[in-house]
Amino acid sequence: MASKKTSVPRRGFLKGAAALAGTVPIAMAQQTQVAQNRGAGRAAPAETTGAARAEVLTNERPGADFMLDVIKSLGIEFAAANPASSCRGLHESIINYGANKNPELLTCCHEESSVAMGHGFAKIDGKPMMAMVHGTVGTQHAAMAIYNAYCDRVPTIVILGNEMDAVARRSYVEWTHSAQDAASIIRDYTKWDDNPASLQHFAESMVRAYKIAMTPPMGPVAIIASGKLQEEPIEESNLRIPKLGRVIPPQGDAGAVAEAAKMLVEAENPVIVAGRLARTPAGIKLLVELADTLQASVNDQRNRMNFPSNHPLYNTGNVANADVVLALEVEDIFMLTHRMSPLNRIGMDAPKRITKDTAKLISISSVDLFQKSNYQDFARYNEVDLAIPGDGEATLPALIEACKRLITADRRRALQERGSKLAEVSKRNRAQAREQAAVGWDSSPLTSARISAELWAQIKNEDWSLVGNDQFFARWPTRLWNFDKHYQFIGGSGGEGVGYGAPGAVGAALANKKHGRLTINIQNDGDLNYAPGVLWTAVHHQIPMLTIMNNNRGYHQEVMFITTMAARANRDVSRAHIGTKLIEPNIDYATMAKGYGMQGIGPITDPKDVGPAIKRGIEIAKRGEPVLIDTVTQGR
Amino acid sequence: MRMFHLLAALILAACLAAAQGNVEKGKTLWVKDGCYSCHGTDGHGGAGPKLAPRPMAVASFIAIVRHPPVSSMPTFTAKVISDADLTDMWAYLKSIPDPPAVKDIPLLNQ
Repeated sequence: MASKKTSVPRRGFLKGAAALAGTVPIAMAQQTQVAQNRGAGRAAPAETTGAARAEVLTNERPGADFMLDVIKSLGIEFAAANPASSCRGLHESIINYGANKNPELLTCCHEESSVAMGHGFAKIDGKPMMAMVHGTVGTQHAAMAIYNAYCDRVPTIVILGNEMDAVARRSYVEWTHSAQDAASIIRDYTKWDDNPASLQHFAESMVRAYKIAMTPPMGPVAIIASGKLQEEPIEESNLRIPKLGRVIPPQGDAGAVAEAAKMLVEAENPVIVAGRLARTPAGIKLLVELADTLQASVNDQRNRMNFPSNHPLYNTGNVANADVVLALEVEDIFMLTHRMSPLNRIGMDAPKRITKDTAKLISISSVDLFQKSNYQDFARYNEVDLAIPGDGEATLPALIEACKRLITADRRRALQERGSKLAEVSKRNRAQAREQAAVGWDSSPLTSARISAELWAQIKNEDWSLVGNDQFFARWPTRLWNFDKHYQFIGGSGGEGVGYGAPGAVGAALANKKHGRLTINIQNDGDLNYAPGVLWTAVHHQIPMLTIMNNNRGYHQEVMFITTMAARANRDVSRAHIGTKLIEPNIDYATMAKGYGMQGIGPITDPKDVGPAIKRGIEIAKRGEPVLIDTVTQGR
Repeated sequence: MRMFHLLAALILAACLAAAQGNVEKGKTLWVKDGCYSCHGTDGHGGAGPKLAPRPMAVASFIAIVRHPPVSSMPTFTAKVISDADLTDMWAYLKSIPDPPAVKDIPLLNQ
């Protein structure tokens, strides 16, 4: 409760103090002293400002308390932040007024980590976290992580601390940390932002932002938290927190869905392609039901955990042979259906369509409902025959029912025959993967296949969750493991912004923690070096996770690009390591982990040492601690 | 013209193959010239296809390096990597023993 005796708005106090002082320099000096005292969060010492003034320099009901009430009403569990003075009011309210619970403050060493942790968390938990950043320098640090979340269609709430009122800026630092339009640098890749001018405005905008972030296509939103609103006493009356209500994902048009079902049931060789489809565990069940109903291959782009990896219809089709392609939440249908000139060619040929001229393309995507123009993540124009704007997962029940209604007994027999052939393809694919995994089995540096097989042997009977993308691990986990639960895979960064991997994994591990899952992160070395302080965050907040370093000692994709460029220019290819390799000295990641207080094992170069290291790592993770194993790996 | 170059490369490569190449030198060149980055240090494959063990004939190997099929593989001319160097690399690939059979690797039979 606010104390009427001691709570006085600062503006009123300063006005009186300046009048008493009578001269500008004295008034300025007093203001500076007051600002310093307030900045330190304590009453002014009697010997400098007087006991009477000290009494009025406290405020037991700052606006940030109400802001926190709003945040709590949304059920936000965590607020990740690198401490920012422009968010200090809210920060203090979270830890004291809110007892540091729902949200709990997570100490981060970089704003990119704060946002990316929320990115990973939301993909496991289904709900957004909150990041608090300076509206200027913090937002600049956070920008790439926000862009990743935008491209990956993941809800994230970012609070930007800012002081709009120029006369309320207490120092030059506060001038450099203020902006006229703080959200402008991220507006191209957020779904919505606002700059509330009152506490009631903040309440409505926060609830609105949450709703927008959670409506497919999901994405990041930003709300500016004014410094004055956070720190000054609550003066508004009749404040209320608006009701969020249930947010229902948009469903595709019923008529169009019926038309799509007819095309799919009549198709001789349909292929289903899944992009960012399964928002929830229900998405997997629905996709399995559709695939089983149609006996059609599901080609999974591995942006989400969409489909069980050992299902007999998993990745058994080829769009080049398809007569109907159903693209579910696929971002880039053009690249799915065309081949571009490879990098080694001089000049660009016309893109070659790889699908049959007669093939029909159907898309169901929520992204059709929301696009921006500056950043080009929308890719080439999707030249499809039937575009159904709507959330893929929400539209699947109607599509499944429509398909089932159209399938006659004769048709069902034909579909089952097709399914049997695809199951044979699936078996061959699995056998082929094992044959390929054996090649280089005893190589050093280690092959990603060997490490993946060693891992699988020890986690297959655990409740595990892979939170790092296996894209740069030659997809060996996807090829060798049995993925069948939604939390077992979360895809990649979305925007391919390097630096997402480590903080995204820590955020996902945080979401797994309450379920007691064994979190595995395959961590690329280049990625970890962007903001390795997140290792400390994992230790500090006791977030258990087993990190396996994919330590190929370089930005390996770039090694290949520069080799290609040198060969293309008919010049020395042996210099491609310059500017691309992380060698001389080699980075010792186990020691790096230890420096942050994390258990570190390795570096491991002998394949025989991998299994025992993983065993030890799992024991540590199961005790509730994060641990890192440095494995020195092949380029791919 | 292209056919002529291809034929010349094949003849030259056949002559060089007789010399078998130098395994140790080939191993060094395999890494130095970046071949490992797509095909693995042991030629086991990665971003590019598997080339070892049991690589293709040296003539075909050199011909493909000079005139790769439509793929992302760069064209390496003789100015960039000589036929002699490619022969050494091929010798290195040829020296790589067969991996254990899948049936003999318990981890691949889980």
